Amino acid sequence: MSQVWIYAELKDGAVKKVASELLGAARAIVEQRGGAEVAAVLMGEGVGALAEDLGRRGIGAVLVADDPVLRDYRTEPYAAVLADAVKARKPSAVLFPASLQGKDLSARLAGKLSAPLATDCMALDEVAADSLTVTRPVYSGKARAKVRLTGPVQLVSFRPNVLPPVEGAGTTPRVETLPVAVDPAVAARVVVKERLEEARGKVELTEASIIVSGGRGMRGPENFALLEELASVLHAAVGASRAAVDAGWRDHASQVGQTGKTVSPNLSIACGISGSIQHMAGMGSSKYIVAINKDPEAPIFKVADYGIVGDLFEVVPKLTEAARKALA
Amino acid sequence: MNIVVCLKQVPDTETKIRVAPGGLDIVRDGVNYQVSPYDEFAIEEALRLREKFGGQVTLVTLGPQKAEDALRFGLSMGADRAIHVKDETLLGGDPLGAAAVLAAAVKDEAFDLVLTGKLAIDDYQEQVGALLAERLGLPSVSLVTKLEIAADGKRATVTHDVEGGREVVEVALPAVLTCQKGLNEPRYPSLPNIMKAKKKPIDVKDAAALGVDAAVVGPGGARLTLVELSTPPPRQAGKRIDGDPATAAATLVRLLREEAKVI
Repeated sequence: MSQVWIYAELKDGAVKKVASELLGAARAIVEQRGGAEVAAVLMGEGVGALAEDLGRRGIGAVLVADDPVLRDYRTEPYAAVLADAVKARKPSAVLFPASLQGKDLSARLAGKLSAPLATDCMALDEVAADSLTVTRPVYSGKARAKVRLTGPVQLVSFRPNVLPPVEGAGTTPRVETLPVAVDPAVAARVVVKERLEEARGKVELTEASIIVSGGRGMRGPENFALLEELASVLHAAVGASRAAVDAGWRDHASQVGQTGKTVSPNLSIACGISGSIQHMAGMGSSKYIVAINKDPEAPIFKVADYGIVGDLFEVVPKLTEAARKALA
Repeated sequence: MNIVVCLKQVPDTETKIRVAPGGLDIVRDGVNYQVSPYDEFAIEEALRLREKFGGQVTLVTLGPQKAEDALRFGLSMGADRAIHVKDETLLGGDPLGAAAVLAAAVKDEAFDLVLTGKLAIDDYQEQVGALLAERLGLPSVSLVTKLEIAADGKRATVTHDVEGGREVVEVALPAVLTCQKGLNEPRYPSLPNIMKAKKKPIDVKDAAALGVDAAVVGPGGARLTLVELSTPPPRQAGKRIDGDPATAAATLVRLLREEAKVI
């Protein structure tokens, strides 16, 4: 009876919370396919102790690939080890977070296994013995595609925040070791030289449950400090519209919209953003949208759950203050 | 330095998406097409490298007749030649199929580097670059925002996006790199270059010429198939919160906590 795997991605030495979100989908697949179990795959160097954390989340089996060659995430060594494991143990599906790493790894793995991969999924629709049907955004979120994956193993990445996290009964997991056999010549093809400091501790935009974004109405790069402050109170990530990025106020990595990132947070607070079709495509699947804009005719108000017509330079500091008080 | 750029023609970013009857395609009437924006970063980077190191920039696409416009656009930016895989039996396959076709078109070219966009803005798969690298047996780095080639042309130092930040890696060439916004500002084709592009060679190839089997890499062999397209339910305008900034802010925080329960 085959297992369903979830890839337990790490960030700063801990398992990301998205593992608990994937667990729900993995259990649904297991139940409908009858009787097998969910296993988490843990990869890295010195990561064995994290198996307990996965057990606390209710995952009964953990497969650990622990080796110096896996110290830094690199596409080929990780994909090679995972492909060997899939070939040997034949899980019927492998679920990934639709993070940058999850998407990179799952794509290379799909190539190694000639297996179908659906990226960035928002829902698990149907489970059959040899197929899965899922829904994913296309056209930058302007449309949704229901797609079917067929084959002995299906690979799916789910966006963070779209699946409800599952709190399983804590357990001591059964830990098994995965063999690590990476061709040294292949491993040497990519060498990590430097992790830029900003990568540590920061909430990744596509994974944040709250995003505070600024647009043209921010008037200049220095004013984003207002949003940073609100974001720190809310444990949010800071995003930007294309207008703000193209003006050079914010880095491209913070752009939300058609040529930036497509996000699905629980809450998106849009400050000084008018709401172009391209921007809306990128953030339209937020569960709640708040708009703060001094132009009452701004299109963003047509989609916002809560709108404040006003000067963001007055409203945002008050909002930060009110949130700080409420969350204290 | 010879560089291959894989690109895709897509509906332009202004397109209002409507689903066609049957639910398996969008309404194509009146849609304008463009080179997928991330592929434009790839073309631009290839041109800059050629300007520095010499060599040739070859564009490759899989697409219908009208995809020739996308190739001509890339040629008018300054690419030297193009390969158009034009074969009805190969259209509508899945990413594995597309990568196999592109790999077949690329593998006999003498190249040092393959560049492509991180994704095409229509299907949003974000996997063809990595699949192509696997097919070609090459290393890949995704989401590249800075690229420097070593003097000997054997390695590249690449900055790319990782969770919450950036990382610098060294990669052995040839390699497949997927391009991300921030890498460069693509140039606009000049009028003389648009004229010149009309005379640049485009090799048209079909399944037989590439030695690929449409039953495997075309729609019939697809393991990822479209069941139905839909547009997201329209959002409704919600509550306007009135009052002076302090009152409005306090009301909003209360609603986010008690009604939406998101903070």
